This record gives sequence, C-alpha cells and structure tokens, in this order.
Amino acid sequence: MNTVTQGKEKDIREDIAWAQINRDVLASLEQPRGTYWALFTMAFCMFLIGVACEAYQYDRGLGVSAMNNPDVWGLYIATFIFWIGMSHSGTLLSAILHIIHADWRKPIYRFAEAMTTFSLMTAGLFVAVHLGRVWQIYYALPYPNERWTWPNFQSPLLWDAMAIFTYLSSSILFLYVGAIPDFAICRDNATGWRKTFYEKLSLGWMGTDRQWRNFRVAYLVIACFLIPLAVSVHSIVASDFAMSQQPGWHITSFPPYFVAGALYSGCAAIITLFIMLRYTFRFEEYMTMPILDKTARLTFAIAMVWTYLNLIEYSSVWYGSDAVAKETLIQRATGPYAFWWWSMNFLGSVVPFTLIFKKLRANLTVMMIVSLLLNLGMWLERWMIVTPTFSHGYYPWTWDHTFFPSWVQWGIVFGSFGWFGMLFMLFCKLVPSVSMYEVKEMVFHRKLAKIHVREA
Amino acid sequence: MTVKRILGLFNDFDQASAALRDLREANLPYLNWDDVTIKSPIEHPDVESVLGVRSIPIRKYTLVGALLGGSLGFLGLATSQGNFFSQLKGGKPIIPLPPDFVLTYEMLILGGVYITVLGFLICAGLPHRIKSDLYDVAVSEDQVGVMVKANAHCIAEVRKIFEGHKVLSMQEEVVQ
Repeated sequence: MNTVTQGKEKDIREDIAWAQINRDVLASLEQPRGTYWALFTMAFCMFLIGVACEAYQYDRGLGVSAMNNPDVWGLYIATFIFWIGMSHSGTLLSAILHIIHADWRKPIYRFAEAMTTFSLMTAGLFVAVHLGRVWQIYYALPYPNERWTWPNFQSPLLWDAMAIFTYLSSSILFLYVGAIPDFAICRDNATGWRKTFYEKLSLGWMGTDRQWRNFRVAYLVIACFLIPLAVSVHSIVASDFAMSQQPGWHITSFPPYFVAGALYSGCAAIITLFIMLRYTFRFEEYMTMPILDKTARLTFAIAMVWTYLNLIEYSSVWYGSDAVAKETLIQRATGPYAFWWWSMNFLGSVVPFTLIFKKLRANLTVMMIVSLLLNLGMWLERWMIVTPTFSHGYYPWTWDHTFFPSWVQWGIVFGSFGWFGMLFMLFCKLVPSVSMYEVKEMVFHRKLAKIHVREA
Repeated sequence: MTVKRILGLFNDFDQASAALRDLREANLPYLNWDDVTIKSPIEHPDVESVLGVRSIPIRKYTLVGALLGGSLGFLGLATSQGNFFSQLKGGKPIIPLPPDFVLTYEMLILGGVYITVLGFLICAGLPHRIKSDLYDVAVSEDQVGVMVKANAHCIAEVRKIFEGHKVLSMQEEVVQ
C-alpha cells in the first residue's frame, strides 16, 4: 500500500488493478470486519430505545415529552433540522464537487449520497413524532374533505413538505442512477439471491457506449438540479423560522446561515463515516489519508463561513432596533441555556481550528473525535435556535425558563441516530459504498495524466 | 444472407480504439457503422469519438420535464386553491403568487429530475434483457469489448481485424 511518491502522498495509487478494485469492494459486501455487526447491533438497540419512547408517548400523550405551551417544538424540531442539514453532505460531495471536477470525491461520494437519503428519511419521522397524535397526520394532507381543512399554502411549513419530498425522491433517484454500473458489477460476480437482486437493480446494464453516453449526461443534469434544490430545501426550513415574528428568528440572514450549517454538519458527518467505513470494510486503499485531509480542509472552510454568518446573525440582532430580539440574545448567553449556547459556539467556531494542523488532520482518532464534536455543536445550534426563543418570547406570561426536555424526547432523539445507523449499515451491506467504476475512472485518468506529463 | 454478431474483448482502450480505427478504414461493404458498439467498464469519450457523433437527446427530456413540472405544478395549485380554498382566505389573494412561485420552483425541479431519469432509461435502452445480447463479465471488470453486427461475410473480415489487434477472446452468434 504505497501511496507516497516523492514525499507527496497521492489520493489513490495509479497502479491499482481494476480487477483488484472489484474484488476489494465486493468483499466489503460479503466479509466486513466484526465491527460491522457490533455497530449494526448498537444502532439496532438505539433504534429500539427510540421505538419504546415513541410507543410510550403514543400511549400516554405528548405530555410525557415535557413539551408545553410555549415550548411546542422541543428537541423534535431541532433534531428534524439537524437531520435535514446532514442530508446536504451527499449534494456537496456528489453534485457540487462533481460539477467542479474534483475527482478526489469519487471513492467517498456514494456513502455521502446514502447519508443524504437516510438523513431525510430520519428527518421525516420527526414531523410525525412532534405531532404527538401521529394518527392524525392526514390532517396535513391537501385533499378535498368535509371538514374544509386545507393546508395553508402561504405557510413555509407546506413548502417544507413539498421541498423535502422533492429532495428525498430526487436524492433516491440520483443515488440509484449513479449506482447502476456498480449493480452490474455486483450482478456479474454474485450468486444466489444476491444475483437475482442485482440483476433487477442493474436493469441489464452492459456498459455499452450508448448507455455510458446517456448516463454521463443524465447524471450531470440531475446533479445540476440537486444543487439549487438542496439550497432551496434548507432555505425553506430557515423560512419556517425567519418568516415568523418570534424574537431571535426574524432574521434575513437565516437562509444562508442554515445552508452553511447544513453543509458544515454534512461534512463533519462524512469524516465520521469515512473513518468508520475505512476500518470496518478495509477500505484503506480507497479512503486514503489525502482524501480525508481534503475533506477536513473543506470542513474547515465551511466552518469559517458558518462562523461568519453566526457572527452576522448576532451583530444584526445586537445593532438592530428590535429590543426584544436583543433581550432574547442576551437571555441565550446568560440564561438557563447559557451553557449549551456557549458550548455550541465553542464547538462550532473554535474546535474546527484543530483542522488547520496537518499533524492532527493525519490522526484518525483526533479526526473522529473532532468530527463528532463538530456535529454535537451543530446539533446544539439547532436546539439553541428552537428552545430559547420559545421559552423567552414577546410576552412575559409566556416565559418558561425551566423547560428541559424529558427522557422521552432524549430517547426518541437517541433512537433516531440508531434508525439512521441501522439503515446506513444495511445499505453498506447491500450496495457498494465505494463506487467501483468511478474509482477505475479516477485511476485511469490519473495514470493517463502521468504518462502525458512524462512524455511532455 | 445470415446476419451475425461478434464481440471481441481487448485488454485496454488503446487496442480497442486501434481495432475500431482499422475497422473504419477497411470500409467494409454492408457494415452499418451504427451497428458497432463498445462495451467498457468505464466511460471513455475518446474511444467513443472513433464511432462518430451519436446523439444524446436527454436534455430535451429534461427541458420538457422541467417545463411540464413547473407549469402543471402551478396550474394544479392555482386550480385547487381557486376551487376549494377560496372560502377560507379572509380577503387575502385566492392564488397567492409568491408562495406559489416557491412551490412551482420545487415542482419544476421534481418534473425535471423525474423526466430526466425516464429519458435516461429510454435513451440508454434500459431495462434490457442481458441474455438477448452478447456479453462477457470481463467487461464489468477490466476488458473493453467491441461488438459488430453485420452479415456473415463482413463478420469474417471483422474477425481478421480483431485478431490483428491482439484480441483476447471472441464470441459470435447468429442473429437471424
């Protein structure tokens, strides 16, 4: 495994045989390390805890979550925003980096795309969970009915539903279309039920020039659609807040602030899963340290954008003429949520500075810890947007400074990570988490470029 | 005359392109150039260029999909708002344009993506019955295949050209 030449480490070895790429990636579907099963079991147990808490809340009513008036959204909507944010990882790595021809994304974009899909599926759960009466979710559906209840088309909540549905279905299609050539490789090498499974998924792909030509354009076109879509999804989620009159939410910079936060948490999560998959599936040859280094540098850049927008938000409230919004900001920094608020700022803006040190970027343990801390910071950010504003609104008689989520809320949030982890681990066992044909392309083009340089 | 298909497998793109170039220069009678196909593990535009310009109509599907998605989305919203929602608006516009623009934007993207995928399947000839065509699993690994469909006499010439370019293996079948 020699990826170092003349002192500069390469993203991938150019002399790696294509057959070897197939063998290594296909082996990940059949023989992962034991860690895979440990992680899957852990995720499943976490999921069961979430299910138990939801069942309890379903049985006893929303009161057991400790949510009340005015704290009507609690951790559920904060976590909903967090998961929507995580979903931007796939768009960043697959679509944005694809369009700018950053080929180092190739070994790692597939699992980032899967993250997008599963994050959206997890986020969708919280819309139902936060209602309490989940069986009445059909009230939100726009169909002619005798109650004359219609969704309010002027509400960002309805736009949200439409945007998330569009994003989820488009992401699934993007993930699927991009994986068709790899399904064909799996089909050609599988036996038993897996062969039948991949035969259906590969749709009879044979790698003809006609298929490749159309594939290239279709993939690029969908990528071009996904970028404005991803931006619109999180802008609309930001509008849920920014279009309200609540102090601390009615801020113009919220949409770009939310989009930056989404890319930030998505990038941090890519680092976490990168390290996990690299070890669990023995992907050291493909998920190399230079690629991790690039992802870490990208994360740092996005962290700085987020920090800037965060400061803009504070400044516009501080120097604006809205006294109540300013009071809410002071309340966040000094009130009962001060610890969480300062932790959010520390984790989101100070901890990323560890990423400027090359030595730390090259240390997998440090990177794992940092990526988890960054995502903790991003989760706290969402919580600090939702709860402090609700607990300290315009009218003193609605203030509730003692609000703290009950164990039921924490359990469901905890369970959502289990649900996500379970789906993700299942995906990695069924779909190649490294794109084989794209890695071959990467190796081929780099080898070609090297020959051209030598000839010149 | 009997029509046959031949699939030659080459070690790399250079050999496959050289064989294709010789095939073109041989100017074989009764060989329709549209019946020459490359099968490869990765996309390779340079080799494909030897085949000549071949159309990629997907963008037309995308345009139609996006326009249909956007226009039908807006019309669907406006008609439902006008027919079912007007009683509950309390003086506000029955068809509010700024919010409908947001939803139309989402529908435009939705239509664009769905119809692009449909266009891709149609243009790429998917789903395809793999048993109805010559194929070798080595194509999905590391070999490049060149498939030619022509009459039996022409196929014999193609075979000679393939052999002159160190073809690794060949498969042949009678089409009709």
